[in-house]
Amino acid sequence: MQEIIKQNALSIEKSRPGRRGVRFEKPQYTPDHYVPARYLRTHAPRLPQLSELDTVRHFTNLSRQNYCLDSHFYPLGSCTMKYNPKAYDVLSVLPALAQAHPFAPQEAVQGTLEILYNLQEMLKEITGLSAFTLQPAAGAQGELTGILTARAYFDAQKDKKRTEVIVPDTAHGTNPATSHMAGYSVINIKSGPDGCVDKEALKNALSERTAVVMLTVPNTVGLFEKDICEIADMVHAAGALLYMDGANFNALIGVAKPASFGVDLMHLNLHKTFAAPHGGGGPGSGPVGASEKLAPYLPKPLVEKRNGKFFLNAKMPKSLGRMKAFYGNIAVCMRAYCFLRQYDAQTLKDIAENAVLNANYVRVLLKDAFPAFFDAPCMHECVLTLQKDKMNGVRTADIAKRLLDYGFYAPTIYFPLIVPEALMIEPTETESKEMLDLFVQAMRCIFEEAAHEPQTVHDAPHAQPVGRIDEVSAAREPNLRW
Amino acid sequence: MFIPHTPEDKKEMLQAIGFRSVEELFAHIPPALRYPAFDLPAALDENALTVHMQQLAAKNKPLLHFIGAGCEEHFIPAAVNALSSRGEFLTAYTPYQAEASQGTLQTIYEFQSCICELFDMDVCSASHYDGATALAEACAAALRVNNKSKILYSAGLHPHYKEVLKTYLKHVPGLQLEEVPLQNGTVDLNALKEKLTPQVSCFAVAGPNFLGQLEPLEDISALVHGAGALLVSVAKPLALGVLHTPGQYGADFAVAEGQTLGNAMNFGGPGLGIFTCKKEYMRQVPGRIVGIAKDKAGKRSFVLTLQAREQHIRRERAASNICSNQALCALNAVIYLTLLGYAGLREVAELNLEKAHTLKDMLVADGHKLKFDGLFFNEFVLELNTPAKQVIKKLAKKGIAAGFDLGTVRKEWKNCLLVCVTETKTRADLEKYVQAMRGV
Repeated sequence: MQEIIKQNALSIEKSRPGRRGVRFEKPQYTPDHYVPARYLRTHAPRLPQLSELDTVRHFTNLSRQNYCLDSHFYPLGSCTMKYNPKAYDVLSVLPALAQAHPFAPQEAVQGTLEILYNLQEMLKEITGLSAFTLQPAAGAQGELTGILTARAYFDAQKDKKRTEVIVPDTAHGTNPATSHMAGYSVINIKSGPDGCVDKEALKNALSERTAVVMLTVPNTVGLFEKDICEIADMVHAAGALLYMDGANFNALIGVAKPASFGVDLMHLNLHKTFAAPHGGGGPGSGPVGASEKLAPYLPKPLVEKRNGKFFLNAKMPKSLGRMKAFYGNIAVCMRAYCFLRQYDAQTLKDIAENAVLNANYVRVLLKDAFPAFFDAPCMHECVLTLQKDKMNGVRTADIAKRLLDYGFYAPTIYFPLIVPEALMIEPTETESKEMLDLFVQAMRCIFEEAAHEPQTVHDAPHAQPVGRIDEVSAAREPNLRW
Repeated sequence: MFIPHTPEDKKEMLQAIGFRSVEELFAHIPPALRYPAFDLPAALDENALTVHMQQLAAKNKPLLHFIGAGCEEHFIPAAVNALSSRGEFLTAYTPYQAEASQGTLQTIYEFQSCICELFDMDVCSASHYDGATALAEACAAALRVNNKSKILYSAGLHPHYKEVLKTYLKHVPGLQLEEVPLQNGTVDLNALKEKLTPQVSCFAVAGPNFLGQLEPLEDISALVHGAGALLVSVAKPLALGVLHTPGQYGADFAVAEGQTLGNAMNFGGPGLGIFTCKKEYMRQVPGRIVGIAKDKAGKRSFVLTLQAREQHIRRERAASNICSNQALCALNAVIYLTLLGYAGLREVAELNLEKAHTLKDMLVADGHKLKFDGLFFNEFVLELNTPAKQVIKKLAKKGIAAGFDLGTVRKEWKNCLLVCVTETKTRADLEKYVQAMRGV
């Protein structure tokens, strides 16, 4: 019995035949009164049978086995784990918003449409782009939307020879995967010794076959692409388009507008920069912005305004089509709208400035123990590496697990791929100096442990509900359901 | 907002890292592009924001909903949101550090299990964006399985699903997408038989379909498999409390929109993409999957698994570019299913079935005509004497969302109204609807 409690019994293991949670009114007839037997289910699914209290305890206790932003510093690089204000939990799902049907008469959903329209407008203003679609459900779907927008544009120009997308070796895995889904072949280019795009490599890769160059700005080593304007010129001179992966926009918001760099298309992650919570993996939201010449090719419909009324405009003959059912992850868009309404033209830059300050603070204070792979001021995140000779065989994965014992979630590890033993740390603007000091202290303790008691680090974590998990064992004989 | 630094903190931090000002940290951005002007509205504090959002929300008119068409209003027990809104679930990331994420991981494993049971399928992913994208990914997976060059899909698919299918597969070299027509509201089996050539990779069909009609899925499955193709079905999760399951009729891939399981409508998003398949196609599943593992002491634990399919490992050779899932919506679904159990789910399904049939009978008795005479679950099509568009307008004035205008899908259906009835409707609601429909 104790073993079951320790092992976190599954709901189905707690199930008792005949036990119930919610009840509904009794129907008058059995289903075969309405539908012949051959259309009916033949056997019962094995769903748990629990009382409401059983269910509440089960999920409450499971929740307590999670580290989360509300309880722990979560310096997960590239994920922008900033505070998710509690007000938006309520305001994003006010009953009249949550109960709006996507096919309700548009006069009945003017409030919803007004919010979405104004969100589109604000995203245009902070990026400098001409149009925004809120349809993409996540960053990766935003990328696909952007690349398909480019493709629809080239197809409309009857430009069939452009079959390639250029991606730097520091890119998120989604960039090449997206390009492949859009039917392009992927040309990978190496980064220069300073962690930025190697212009020579880019020049050699660009040709009349290039459709799009995808760049993450700042890039995944946390550095601003200092030659971005020149790169944009090179891309445009080749007749190609510049796509900006906006996953790292927290470094730029309020400080610069991507359109001014020469960016043609970009996506934003509302669950990163715009304070929507991650929910254990989603839902996210990945709106895509486009320059004037690309705007007609965005997915339809867009929210528009005429004579003071808001409406969904599906009359977009050049549109690439539709990326998902309905109009986007609206509840997430609502949160982003709330977030943006708490800033104005003067204070918007505070987000990026404090995010960048925090990242540099951590980078400099950890310099002697865990040096930055590229020794330069970083933007919203810093990518550190290990000094192999001082680590006694302790690896980045060990440090990540040991951090959990110290009460911190782990940074992103082993990414970007060009950095050996990478630790990618993104504190965000909502963490205080005291929290960063504690984190630095924990990292230093682990550095000392590596020198004096490496086994403690190798064996971490020690204070979690389970010990180090053998991930390979799960893939060997997959058990994916009860 | 939400930035904790005092001016002293900033000064100390800058000093500690050897910078004079924060601006210096942005020196590598070309000066001419730094700090542009922004035209943004005035900032609101929490109090003002609350008033502002309430005012905007008040511009939405509450309606008595009889619209479905892929997004439905269902009763959500209070415990669902009470549990899923806990910060421990809401503010966690994708569970990369499994040891500190067992809560999220176990809930996803339980979600996968409940859905496999409900659908009678072997494997379920941690979830996809929505039903439409799950369908597109399932068809892409079918192509990877058998390497054929044609996809057939039923004209009875949700129009948005068809559009997404085209968007996702438009650029697959040499691929043909072909629609199979309907006959009296369900798949034309003769047309299907004719179109099932050896090049066909899969047939995508929804049951119940967009018109609410039940499809003879056993017959369809036999035809499709007989022609050496795969069956991709779009199921309706709540309906599986009573209706035949994808496993029962032999679907190879079964997907669905899971919003109806404990998630609010939210103007159509976020949805919950359910993606299931037979065991042999496990390695073609896009996105996250949770599996059971052992920790080093041999204790049962949960972890993201089969990651060799995914974009962060395989990059351009990945099964899909997806990296997020709809974990929070999946959590709502698994809490909902755990609270209801099969007994509760069956009741909800039976109530949908019964109330929809009750309203249909009341309308027919009142002189209205049905467009199709087939079987249905909780949606049916009325053929009116006037355009559905006008009827919808009239009823909206009476506070009723009358249904979905099928004229927006096909011109000759301009007088057709797709009506949905769920367990949320009372006898009085049904009477109010019938009353309002008099004389339209």
